[in-house]
Amino acid sequence: MSNDISPSDKISPSGRSGGVTRRRVMMGLPLVGAGVCGVAFWKMLAGMQTGSFNPHDINAPVTGRPVPSFTLADQPPGAGFTAADLKALSKPVLINFFASWCIPCIAEMQALLTVQKRLPVWGVAYKDKPDNAAGLLKHAGNPYARIGSDREGRVAIDWGVSGVPESFLIAPGGTIIWHSAAGLDNDEVMAGLDATLKRIGG
Amino acid sequence: MKTALRLRRFAAPFLVVALTGAPLVALAVDDPAEMLPDPKQEARAEAIGSQLRCLVCQNESIEDSSASLAKDLRKVVREHVAAGESNKQVVDWMVARYGNFIRLSPPVTVATLLLWGMPVLALVTGLLAAFLVFRRRPQVAPLSDAERARLDELTRGR
Repeated sequence: MSNDISPSDKISPSGRSGGVTRRRVMMGLPLVGAGVCGVAFWKMLAGMQTGSFNPHDINAPVTGRPVPSFTLADQPPGAGFTAADLKALSKPVLINFFASWCIPCIAEMQALLTVQKRLPVWGVAYKDKPDNAAGLLKHAGNPYARIGSDREGRVAIDWGVSGVPESFLIAPGGTIIWHSAAGLDNDEVMAGLDATLKRIGG
Repeated sequence: MKTALRLRRFAAPFLVVALTGAPLVALAVDDPAEMLPDPKQEARAEAIGSQLRCLVCQNESIEDSSASLAKDLRKVVREHVAAGESNKQVVDWMVARYGNFIRLSPPVTVATLLLWGMPVLALVTGLLAAFLVFRRRPQVAPLSDAERARLDELTRGR
């Protein structure tokens, strides 16, 4: 630290300049520190603006893992499913946790209806009354090939779900390879899903 | 001025109660039916839960939060405690699902090294800065011969 040579070293006359230079360094250090903090803070805010950085991200460590073991009862109009069903698949499938009481989930339905043309989407009704969930799908359209009911919300906890809507892409064999805690009606989320699908050739 | 002083005298006890007592009251779970019958186990569950982040509110523990997910997680904690699991086992169960984010006090890892090391780092930096400043008090250089001669010349008249 004290070895730092600032430009003022060369300008100031030698002899008694030593003390002065050190003082200048000491006065300059907080300014440099403030500058570094400012730049870091600015970068952070810029990242929050573009969506590349979100301090509220939970980053649940779910990707790269096999699906947790679970059994879901039928949620009309679809049939429930288990972990074994997911592991037996030979093609990727998107698991989507939703609820009729969740406005972002309803907003996401159109995007899901588009996605299900490319790959099957299986739904999990999270802490929802079966009648209400069925009502939503009747009203908004049903993007799900199969639907399980997680009334207690316990299966969602095993998946690391913190709030609906949440989606998981399951690779053949039952491995979670992509996860989003935001709705698919978001361009950035959709781009992430596209990239992952391309990567596995789906 | 006098009224302000009086106000302060009366406000102080309220503030003390509000600042120290309120969090203790808030820590209790919403519904007594959620609590474990064994007070020892309940105390342990509360201790674990108060160190787990509510993933909905994010700056509250699951013991403080009234979010539905927090309630579910409280229930899970109590089930595990009642089953005789250790505190570490319960926390590990949560971390396996939600990552270290769920822990209100993060473990020491490469990513949190700066966070945990900051008090020591700040102290060392401060001591170093103080040492550097005080070691080298501004020293007055001795006068050169020319300066001394000029000084003599100036003061000779007196």
